Amino acid sequence: MFETFYPQLIGLCTGALLLTSALMVWRHSLLASIRLLALQGIALAALVAVIGIAEGEPELVLVSLLILSVKGVGLPWVLAHQSKASIKQIQESPRLNPTAALLAVTLLTILSYVVVSRVFGLGDTTTGHAAPIGLAMVLIGFLLLISRRRARSQLIGFLLLDNGIATIAFLTSGGVPILLEFAVSLDVLLVVLILHVFAGRMRTKFGGTAVDQLRELHD
Amino acid sequence: MSFVLWIPLVGPLVLAGLSLLLRGSALRRFVGVAASTAVLGSGLVLVGAVLSGSVPDSGGGMLRADALSAYMLSVVGAVGLISTWGGLSSAASSRTRDAAGYEALIALFLAAMSLAVLADSIGLMWAAVEATTIATAFLVGHHRTRRSLEAAWKYVILGSVGVAIALLGIVLIYAASVGTDTPTLSWMMLSQSARGLDPALITAGGALAVLGFATKSGLAPMHSWLPDAHSQAPAPVSGLMSGVLLSVALYAILRIQSITNLVIGPEFLRTMLSIGGLLSLLVAASLLIRQRDYKRMLAYSSIEHMGLMAIGVAIGPAALPSVLLYILGHGLIKATLFVISGRILKVEGTPVITDVRALLVRRPGLAVPWLIAMAAIVGFPPFSIFFSEVGIIMAGWSVGLGGVVGAALVLLLVIFAAFTRLTVQMTIGAPPAGTAFTPDYSSHGPRLPIILALATTATVAFVAEPIGTLLLQATAVLGGTN
Repeated sequence: MFETFYPQLIGLCTGALLLTSALMVWRHSLLASIRLLALQGIALAALVAVIGIAEGEPELVLVSLLILSVKGVGLPWVLAHQSKASIKQIQESPRLNPTAALLAVTLLTILSYVVVSRVFGLGDTTTGHAAPIGLAMVLIGFLLLISRRRARSQLIGFLLLDNGIATIAFLTSGGVPILLEFAVSLDVLLVVLILHVFAGRMRTKFGGTAVDQLRELHD
Repeated sequence: MSFVLWIPLVGPLVLAGLSLLLRGSALRRFVGVAASTAVLGSGLVLVGAVLSGSVPDSGGGMLRADALSAYMLSVVGAVGLISTWGGLSSAASSRTRDAAGYEALIALFLAAMSLAVLADSIGLMWAAVEATTIATAFLVGHHRTRRSLEAAWKYVILGSVGVAIALLGIVLIYAASVGTDTPTLSWMMLSQSARGLDPALITAGGALAVLGFATKSGLAPMHSWLPDAHSQAPAPVSGLMSGVLLSVALYAILRIQSITNLVIGPEFLRTMLSIGGLLSLLVAASLLIRQRDYKRMLAYSSIEHMGLMAIGVAIGPAALPSVLLYILGHGLIKATLFVISGRILKVEGTPVITDVRALLVRRPGLAVPWLIAMAAIVGFPPFSIFFSEVGIIMAGWSVGLGGVVGAALVLLLVIFAAFTRLTVQMTIGAPPAGTAFTPDYSSHGPRLPIILALATTATVAFVAEPIGTLLLQATAVLGGTN
């Protein structure tokens, strides 16, 4: 019974991951991006749970709970942790217009399918078949990092990049050892907290969080 | 013996806690020094153990100290000691709340670097390298000015993204090991089961991991965070970051290289690292010529030295003993220079080179050690950097990388000229006419750490036993027989 659903469930989860990534590029509102990030965290946790049940590894189900609490709830909560009224008004004015950005997302997705199938030679298993999605998420994360001007939007790009790496890890090797998974989650959480504090300091010092203002140091 | 492995990890953590608890005590300012001493002490004990033929491990093989790890741990401790001791804050300023956090973060930073060099698992090593970014983020932004905030933001974003790329590489290396009997990230087991690893995944994983750690070790073209972070951080932090953090990232590259070499041969990473090294030298040379800020000058000097070390790593086992000696010499001298630069900044009040003139006449207490350390960093004998550079260049010729080391030599010459000009501008000359002054012989801080660092660097290259033996053992660990 489960075997028949398994490829579909994997497809559903990875599809949700890719869709949320693309929507993050499309939407300019910070609040929408944070909500998409939470959705993506939940999709990633679901993916891990599905792989865990399919391979009969209770450890992976535990990891899935960890991911759900960190990426699905914790990080989005930290990012949205200021008054809802003010965060709703924050609109990104990215360097790329939406059409160009979505076109770039399409190209990056095709590129990652080509790279993964040609170079790595993955694709004979259900999970390996879906691995390009992870690489596409990494590349889309880079796109967000480059094209966004606000400190917090760059932070979301970084988290997307991290989700992409986690997706690759789970799809290619059923996840890294659990100790490392804990360490990685803790590190990412701390980096996000630090950047969040810096973004707050930036607002008081520069009167805004546009990264373009950071140009005093140069040669 | 294995409990010694825990001292450099737990000791600094306890000290960090103490720093936060000791409210208003002047003792707090010694936390960094104590943590460095703990790391250095355990490093030396482990070196002793390694030289007598044992390889201590602990935590079910999670921590291991072979010759390379023990050596790197000692370097972390030594450079940490010079930086924290030389940059010891005054008793009065160490009572504030800011100072508590500062000392605690320095201790955490030292613990993270110790974990990075002692971890047997590449994954744990990655987490420790990322933890160094976390510990240093607030240290870089310590002054809370606009400039230090800018530097800290760039540092954390570029550092974490770079290290995230390394994580992607490590994930792929792990995926390659899933095909073998025992999926593992232990680099020792990976190097034993190397024959069964999937070459395509190892190539991609190795390239990404090296690229990521190269960001952290400040190699061009991923170096842009380095001059900002190193010039804005407080002097002891700059000394630690420049002196050892970059080398710890290089250590990670060495470990990755030892695995990829077994699976796909040395050629692939050799090309990558040679290009990165030469680019770093080029960037350093072009930006040093017209440099105006002496702390940024030191930062670019780090990019230069890391570039040459990367070329040494590219050359392989023949150059590795020189590279390892280089790590020690560069660490000690760079920490010294940053400590003195902090003192110059404090008394002169300006980081601009042209505003600091005739230092030798006006402040000989600062100018004399500055000149000696500058001579060491540009590679004058008897300081060990000279012997390391010669060793790398000779090894390069012997393995047929003559073109690369030839180009590196030309760039080194340009850098040498730029450094000489800038140092002369700062120190030599007559003070402005008509102003009365009395020569200032004070060293504006502890003298002993500077003397120790300079003396160690001047003599270490001549000590064949046990330094030479240790370096050869460390090279053997990386799969080279030399």
